Amino acid sequence: MSDGPTIRGSVPVEPPLPPGRLVDDFVPSLILEGEHSLCPGCGEPVAMRSVVETVEELELTQRAIAVFGIGCYTAFSGNLDVESLQALHGRAPSLATGVKRTRPGTVVFTVQGDGDMVNEGLAEVLHAAARAERITCVLLNNGVFGETGGHMTATTVLGQRTKNTLEGRDADRHGFPILIADLVARLDGVAFVARGSVSSAGDVARSRRMLRRAFELQVAGAGFTFVELLTMCPTGWFVDTAEAPGYLRDKLAEVHRIGVLKDTGATTSAARSGGGVAT
Amino acid sequence: MTRRLMEGAEAIARAMVAAGCRFFAGYPMTPFTEVLEHMARLLPEVGGTCMNAESELEAVGMAWGAAATGTRAATGSVGQGLSLMQESLSEICHARLPLVVLNMARGQGDYHQATRGGGHGDYRHVVLAPADVPEAVQLAHRAFWLADVWRNPVLLVGDYYLAHVQEAVDEGVADLPPVPDKPWALDGSTGGSGSARMISPLGLAKRGDPSFVEYGRHLETIGDRLAAMEAGVEPLAESIGTDDAELVVVAYGTPGRYLRYVVEELRGEGLPVGLVRPITLWPFPSAAVAAAAEVARAVAVYELNTGQMHDDVRLAVLGRRPVSFIGGLSFDNSGFGIAPELDVERLSARIRRALDETARTAAPA
Ligand SMILES: Cc1ncc(C[n+]2csc(CCOP(=O)(O)OP(=O)(O)O)c2C)c(N)n1
Ligand code: SF4
Ligand SMILES: [Mg+2]
Repeated sequence: MSDGPTIRGSVPVEPPLPPGRLVDDFVPSLILEGEHSLCPGCGEPVAMRSVVETVEELELTQRAIAVFGIGCYTAFSGNLDVESLQALHGRAPSLATGVKRTRPGTVVFTVQGDGDMVNEGLAEVLHAAARAERITCVLLNNGVFGETGGHMTATTVLGQRTKNTLEGRDADRHGFPILIADLVARLDGVAFVARGSVSSAGDVARSRRMLRRAFELQVAGAGFTFVELLTMCPTGWFVDTAEAPGYLRDKLAEVHRIGVLKDTGATTSAARSGGGVAT
Repeated sequence: MTRRLMEGAEAIARAMVAAGCRFFAGYPMTPFTEVLEHMARLLPEVGGTCMNAESELEAVGMAWGAAATGTRAATGSVGQGLSLMQESLSEICHARLPLVVLNMARGQGDYHQATRGGGHGDYRHVVLAPADVPEAVQLAHRAFWLADVWRNPVLLVGDYYLAHVQEAVDEGVADLPPVPDKPWALDGSTGGSGSARMISPLGLAKRGDPSFVEYGRHLETIGDRLAAMEAGVEPLAESIGTDDAELVVVAYGTPGRYLRYVVEELRGEGLPVGLVRPITLWPFPSAAVAAAAEVARAVAVYELNTGQMHDDVRLAVLGRRPVSFIGGLSFDNSGFGIAPELDVERLSARIRRALDETARTAAPA
């Protein structure tokens, strides 16, 4: 057989593209092993990567302490090359408070899922925000308990099918979603609140600007900073991997709107560039 | 150092600060509140932090975070608040963090909670139970020392009496050996080194670190550490008259203090009674109890609950002597579980009855 294009009928067929890249062909900075146990198409690895790359860009690597909640992202608590402290489900903000209060020179961030933060630990994040703790709380919001197999959380949007809302979340039976970033933004003591997404390269770039701003404000001692990132969970949503980014944009982001909700120190154009309301 | 008249809650708070405690978090509940108030005043004076947590769940979380940075940290509550903290306390043990936890209890209904724990998995805490304020001061220092030596939570169990009684206290403390360094303490500095520090109940090293082990292996290591701790922590007890007592009473904490008085009175009358007062509830001073039981004909347990330490005494005696229960709940309108049981006349009547019983059952047929 020749190596050139093959002819099937009269239509020339190009040889297939090189095979897709495996996760561990390329290991992002500050991630110890590229291989991880999260599902293909999961939004959490790219969100984690965005967080640690922001830490590195701001030259905070040797000051940073990460506090992890319990969810699929917990796999990264032992796989980041920044110091980390593993909390219980829901409890990361209080541990982060103890860390920051005893080591004020460090840069402390939490990583929690929607189940962890908005279900199990809602009191923690609200009180940490109202206390103006100089920490950055990062929420990876996929609208489900991914880890347990796709169950409804407090952020699940109306109509969303989960394992325990098989007909879709119905307000009468299951109540309404909590828009946590909006809630946090209302509290005094909060310096910065933004909601981003990782459903496209553009969204990731914008989310990184939000993260950057949050960390900068933490370093400046401005107050509590909060970045919510909408992440794909094709497994928990029961949609094809390739459809998950579209599902995120059409369903989750329609309710949990992307944009900067609060920036108390927003004077520079750099600060603004993370902002704007989603279309 | 000179002796000063001081209320228990203040003495405990001052001892904790003198022991180097620089972080405290709590949620009010009497008689723990009294300690919290003193810590809120004392800690800022020495550059420390006292947090008014929104709940006991958060209090223990904050103390956990502070402990992870190598800071001497403490929290506490009363039994109910301690119930809320159990999930964290077992995980803190698995994460091998030193922490001091107060249970300024009501009555003694939390003996099982303290010594067995209501949390998940295999875990243990050292439990110290002072009977008076001077002993509480010594044990507060010892609690921080033990926590650092074993990298494990240590519980200090008090009660309403201990918090409120005023006693002359010598704040000078018996020397304790130096504690190990804390190379594991988080300060951010190892980021980017290829093996950044990690403190997790799931394991204590990152993937790729030479000391990384899988979760199951980590839990086995914790099990080994707990066995070493059980063998290595010196069990403490006070014994009175156990060389010749026919009836040995076992009691701890404030009731232990009352029983000490009653047993000495009865011995003054020539009655063959003795006392073992456990000071460490875990590890339980089984050897001291067993040795006293060996000499005696019977053992009687007094505690302000319906019979919890009774289990440990029976385990120590291992069926060699009868072990009766002569304690009980003590409720009055205060709700603090202190009266009317703690009454010298009542206590001595119970011991006399138990002694009569011993004589009758042991008499030849
Ligand atoms: C106290 C407690 N309750 C329940 C669980 C079980 N659990 C583990 S992860 C999880 C949900 C995680 O959801 P989320 O935080 O949204 O993270 P995701 O997996 O979606 O990334 C639950 C309920 C637990 N670990 N601890
Ligand atoms: S279940 Fe969802 S959140 Fe968890 S790894 Fe899979 S895709 Fe990611
Ligand atoms: Mg989730």
